[in-house]
Amino acid sequence: MSTPAAPPARRVLPGLTGARRTLLLAALVTPAVLVAVLFLDPFRSYQVALVAVYLCATAGLTLVVGLAGQVSLGHAALMAAGGYGYALTANALTEAGLEGAARVVPSVLAGALVAGALGLLLGLAGARLHGPYLAGLTLALVLALPALATTWSTVLRGDQGIQVAFDGVPEPLQGFVALEQWQAWVAVVVAAVVVTGLALLRDGRLGLRIRAVRDDAVAARLAGIPARRVMVATFTASAVGAGLGGAVLCYVTQSVAPGGYGLALSLLLLVAVVLGGLGSLRGAMVGAVLLVLVPWLAGLAADALPVPADLAQRLDGNLAVLLFGVLLVVVMVAAPGGVVGALQSRSRSRHSSRPSRAPSTPAPDPADDPAAVGPAAAEPDPAEPPAEPTYADTER
Amino acid sequence: MDRLVFLLGTGLARGAVLALFALSLVLVWRAARVVNFAQGAMAVTATYVAFVVTGLTGSFVMGLVAALVAGAALGWAVERGLMRRIAGRSPLAGVIVAVGLVMILQSALGILVGGRTLPVEAPFDETPISVGGVPLLSPYDLFVLVAALVVMAGLGLLFTRTPLGLQMRAAAFAPEVSRILGVRVSRLLTLGWALSSAVAALAAVLLVPTELGLTPHATDMLFVLGFTVAVVGGLDSPVGALVGGVGVGVLISLVTGYLGASVAPLAVLVLLVVVLLVRPQGLLAVGEARRA
Repeated sequence: MSTPAAPPARRVLPGLTGARRTLLLAALVTPAVLVAVLFLDPFRSYQVALVAVYLCATAGLTLVVGLAGQVSLGHAALMAAGGYGYALTANALTEAGLEGAARVVPSVLAGALVAGALGLLLGLAGARLHGPYLAGLTLALVLALPALATTWSTVLRGDQGIQVAFDGVPEPLQGFVALEQWQAWVAVVVAAVVVTGLALLRDGRLGLRIRAVRDDAVAARLAGIPARRVMVATFTASAVGAGLGGAVLCYVTQSVAPGGYGLALSLLLLVAVVLGGLGSLRGAMVGAVLLVLVPWLAGLAADALPVPADLAQRLDGNLAVLLFGVLLVVVMVAAPGGVVGALQSRSRSRHSSRPSRAPSTPAPDPADDPAAVGPAAAEPDPAEPPAEPTYADTER
Repeated sequence: MDRLVFLLGTGLARGAVLALFALSLVLVWRAARVVNFAQGAMAVTATYVAFVVTGLTGSFVMGLVAALVAGAALGWAVERGLMRRIAGRSPLAGVIVAVGLVMILQSALGILVGGRTLPVEAPFDETPISVGGVPLLSPYDLFVLVAALVVMAGLGLLFTRTPLGLQMRAAAFAPEVSRILGVRVSRLLTLGWALSSAVAALAAVLLVPTELGLTPHATDMLFVLGFTVAVVGGLDSPVGALVGGVGVGVLISLVTGYLGASVAPLAVLVLLVVVLLVRPQGLLAVGEARRA
């Protein structure tokens, strides 16, 4: 099983820092994954494409949940926005007689645009809200999605959704690359762009400001940070990521319908982000892989178990959700740092050169992230546990 | 005109259920400063218990009692087993653990009983009673309305007129001081969860016969509506939950009746957005406004 980017656990090229490091890693890892896809059978290639699609959304979501400390249950709706943006644009371009890259590229961008606009609106609301309020609002948005599609059924085609014309492998590559491999390529490239973009964003000025606002909004404002605008920007960036994921998913499956973007997907994305490790892009990768692997393995297990047919049918799908739910609760209660945090705290206790500043909560340390850059000296305490955003206690 | 009166009557009965559910969210918020996102899933689990018990005994009342007991037990277990372990962390942790609980409960129900819709009969006639030739309320709606009002009045008495209620309020508002004065804060917190969860179970049991049927996801929308009501009324305000519940219930009934059922979730979304943007602390809240 290949993942879109399987970064080494230990830091390579320690001398290289900053945006250059991020870009170099992206330039090294992405082609490696693209080549690896060539050795995969169609089903595995499809799984890689799916991981890349989920990665777009989880990378965006980890920015909101881990870095900004806001819970969004609405990222499935943002993915759907990307999908609908893609489908509507692609169909319009089909009528204009375009196909191939001339149809796909503008449609993907349109998907990102639509999702970004929705994210901007959510961000405007989210900038004023905290924790449970924003979570409730985004939950209402996800549950209203089928109603939206039905109400504007002339455009959005109700529950059936929109079908999109098929775009296959480009002419020069035919016979060399299979369809599923090509689709995985497209998905991996888009995911690489999203992750690299978000990594640059996180390690740049905006990332610092987001953390400052999360930890103490009042203090951040006193320091001259426009807290609301920072939150709106975070949400918009996150939504663009999720929207690109939705657009690519629509490209791969050639359709978009509200049923595929329900509450279940939103919850799964949240699970992925928490399991991987809040605020860590590497954690988002781990989470995206788990989102594809766990249901697949659970399905295999359910098939292999000697159980009656009707029980097997009930286990199908539900077993994976049950596993994810248990994992979510256990990780949240026992190891808020997620997989990445747990690995890091272990390696940290072995080489105790880096004193842990938060011993009780193993936290993904951005400075350990291969995609992480930024001179550590300029970082405001990078070991601040992202799983534990300390709010200015405003709920009272 | 007749239609308007009928829709208002139905909205009132629906609103009573919403108010009840919102009240359960307010109860747990006041006790633990947590919005319990698993409230709907816990309530639907209790409703399945009611369904089984009613099926075995043939008595709606037995099912109702079983649901209340199951709801209280679930609330107790969730507080003791999960929420206590993450107390004092950010609100984020509470929300995420509750989301995990939703996934566990709903998928477990799916595995145990399957995803199919179980038909649930109302224990009373559902044809509306006509008053002066105008169809108004069905006997079941009336029962729901009375049951909800009785429970709300009972909770009001409990909190304002009994020593236990006084202790619960004290434990919620000033845990440290209450503890010094000999109030068993942690036990009351658990009691608050159990009470809240039982009220939510009651709301779900009353609602399900008027809906399409019982599925593991039957209360998803109820939770969103209850949350909307609680936010509109103010998460701290039981009176707000009552007024908000009736208001939202009537609004949904009118929107469904005149614009179609598919528009109702959109109306709720719009209402939630407007209230959160204009007055995030709720329309009836008296507490200080939240900053930033």
